[in-house]
Amino acid sequence: MPNIKELAKRESRFVSGHRLCAGCGAGIVMRQVLLAIDKPVIASCATGCVEVASTIFPYSSWKIPWIHSAFENSAATISGIEAAYKVFKREGKINKEIVFVGFGGDGGTYDIGFQALSGAAERGHNVLYVCYNNQAYMNTGIQRSGASPKFSHTTTSPVGKVIPGKVQWQKNLVDIMVAHGIPYAATAIPGRWNDLVNKVEKAVKIEGFKFIDILSPCRLGWPHESELTMEISRLAVETCIWPLYEVVEGKYKLSYKPKEKKPVAEWFKLQGRFKHLLLPENSNLLEEIQKEVDRRWEELLKKCES
Amino acid sequence: MGIKVAKTANEAFAEGMRQINPDVVAAYPITPATEIVQIFSQFVADGLVKTEFIQVESEHSAMSACIGASAAGARAMTGTSSQGLAFMWEMLYIASGLRLPIIMAVVNRALSSPINIHCDHSDTFGARDSGWIQIYSENVQETYDNLIQGVRIAEHPEVKLPCMIMTDGFILSHCLETLEMLTDQEVQEFIGVPPERENLIKSAIENKPITIGALDLQDYYFERKRQQAEGMKNALKIIPEIGKEFGDKFGRYYGFVEDYKLEDADIGIVVIGSTAGTAKEVVDNLRKKGVKAGLLKIRILRPLPVEDIKNSLKNLKVVGVMDRVEGMNAFCGPLYSEITACLYDLDKKPLLTNFVYGLGGRDVKIEDIETIFNELITVLEKGKKDFTLKYIGVRE
Repeated sequence: MPNIKELAKRESRFVSGHRLCAGCGAGIVMRQVLLAIDKPVIASCATGCVEVASTIFPYSSWKIPWIHSAFENSAATISGIEAAYKVFKREGKINKEIVFVGFGGDGGTYDIGFQALSGAAERGHNVLYVCYNNQAYMNTGIQRSGASPKFSHTTTSPVGKVIPGKVQWQKNLVDIMVAHGIPYAATAIPGRWNDLVNKVEKAVKIEGFKFIDILSPCRLGWPHESELTMEISRLAVETCIWPLYEVVEGKYKLSYKPKEKKPVAEWFKLQGRFKHLLLPENSNLLEEIQKEVDRRWEELLKKCES
Repeated sequence: MGIKVAKTANEAFAEGMRQINPDVVAAYPITPATEIVQIFSQFVADGLVKTEFIQVESEHSAMSACIGASAAGARAMTGTSSQGLAFMWEMLYIASGLRLPIIMAVVNRALSSPINIHCDHSDTFGARDSGWIQIYSENVQETYDNLIQGVRIAEHPEVKLPCMIMTDGFILSHCLETLEMLTDQEVQEFIGVPPERENLIKSAIENKPITIGALDLQDYYFERKRQQAEGMKNALKIIPEIGKEFGDKFGRYYGFVEDYKLEDADIGIVVIGSTAGTAKEVVDNLRKKGVKAGLLKIRILRPLPVEDIKNSLKNLKVVGVMDRVEGMNAFCGPLYSEITACLYDLDKKPLLTNFVYGLGGRDVKIEDIETIFNELITVLEKGKKDFTLKYIGVRE
């Protein structure tokens, strides 16, 4: 993979001038993903923060051919583009290699876009799908999604006198995608850029449908100090809340093992959405999360060993 | 020269698609349109077309994939019906808003609930304001001819709008009729190479980035929609040109509407689709009895051919508009509203009545059409109407 100096020399294809928040993880994710690909790229993007903030007509932050059509269909839209490419290539109308990328937030991927995602994965289009996962509907004002963590405060799963935030666990979408039999699935964070770039670079070389779920801190919705974006994404890994791993042809492989597994409270204390969990009267909730994170981590380690 | 064959409308659609040989077809099965893609997928499996066929997991994704393909520069097609079209609703507006000349074969079927698989026009009337060209067919031949013309209309640089071509569920989709097919070469020559458009793949090859589907706020949205409306207006010019070219080449001429014995008529009905065939028979019988009856068949509903409708109906005394849709507005059916709007500016206008018929595939018999004409005769004799809407063939 390219080193950071080489990467820095590459032309950025998601450029400044967009209106994402200062410290937004998603903008960094877009830039890193595109930097990792050294071929022509066509991307589709679901409705959401990135789409809204990067393409306010007549401006665009995309130095690639890019399309937005709706919220729930990024995977279906890129399927159609890839199909057009296939027929043109077969007909000898083009010979250039093009990489196809579908982007979506967690709402457009875990929830409303899940059917289109599942269909595209099952059909095996030669597409890399990237979820920039900020764990809630941030664009519409921080509503809970299927990716929102248990007990997180969102505006539709608010912390109240009787209910302590979202009562369900997030779904494990990577496992669900692996169950589709796709050749490559992985998790990533912007704070470990080398791992992210590596994974994207690896994924686009594989024929078929690839999926990368990238935890994307949201300074407005989590909320956190805007200068902590990278650190907070790394802390999610260090606490094993968001382990970094990849699944190649069904085989799990850990990408990074924290030297010392940090308590989940370390991650929670930097974010407003979890502040109720640090109150003494909620220690049982905190304990519940810690136990489940520990269990999932052990489960993942076993998968990676076997 | 073409050959005469016996085909259903579904088969005619599929054969037409084979001859058009689109780059991408993305489709999902739904009764009574399933056969179209079923037959077409066999063409793909047998290598008779170059098409990349995407068997999507829903109609929403079918239209989304067509949008992606069309935005990538492909000639993209799909087919659907009823609930499938309703499920696409969001994407219909996006296809037209992005000015993508996608072609869709639609088999008209009633909308749920209650669930029903038979013909009425509630599905495509629901989509009539979605920015798509709408072409309706009376028989299998028209279904086929309309599909082929649809490609040219949609792709015309002054139009650049998607186009849906309709046929009546089961009544035509599953009914064998004589079809005069063009040769593959004739179809290819008629549709030609698609006019060049800005597209994603061209952009990638030339390394000239384009952004499609940007966010237009208060400062640009209106202009974009105004331009789109202009495309629809331009279709008013292009559709008859293409209809004439088709007629000059193949002997079957097409306009916006078909006037049937309207020239000296006192009374007439306005009708869409296969019912026109039955109704022409009734008109003939009435003529034999000395009743000056006529019929106006609407072929193109979008764009709305106001001038043609006005000219066809202006000399009539009483008109009955037949709606195969319930408008659910406690007043009238949607075609009645459209026809009323067309005639409003006339100084002297016919008395207008409305008949809702044939919902959920309820059979429309000769006697039903006769009932409608008898109502028109009564209004004609009285010189005034005492109703706006009547239901035909329903138990009340």
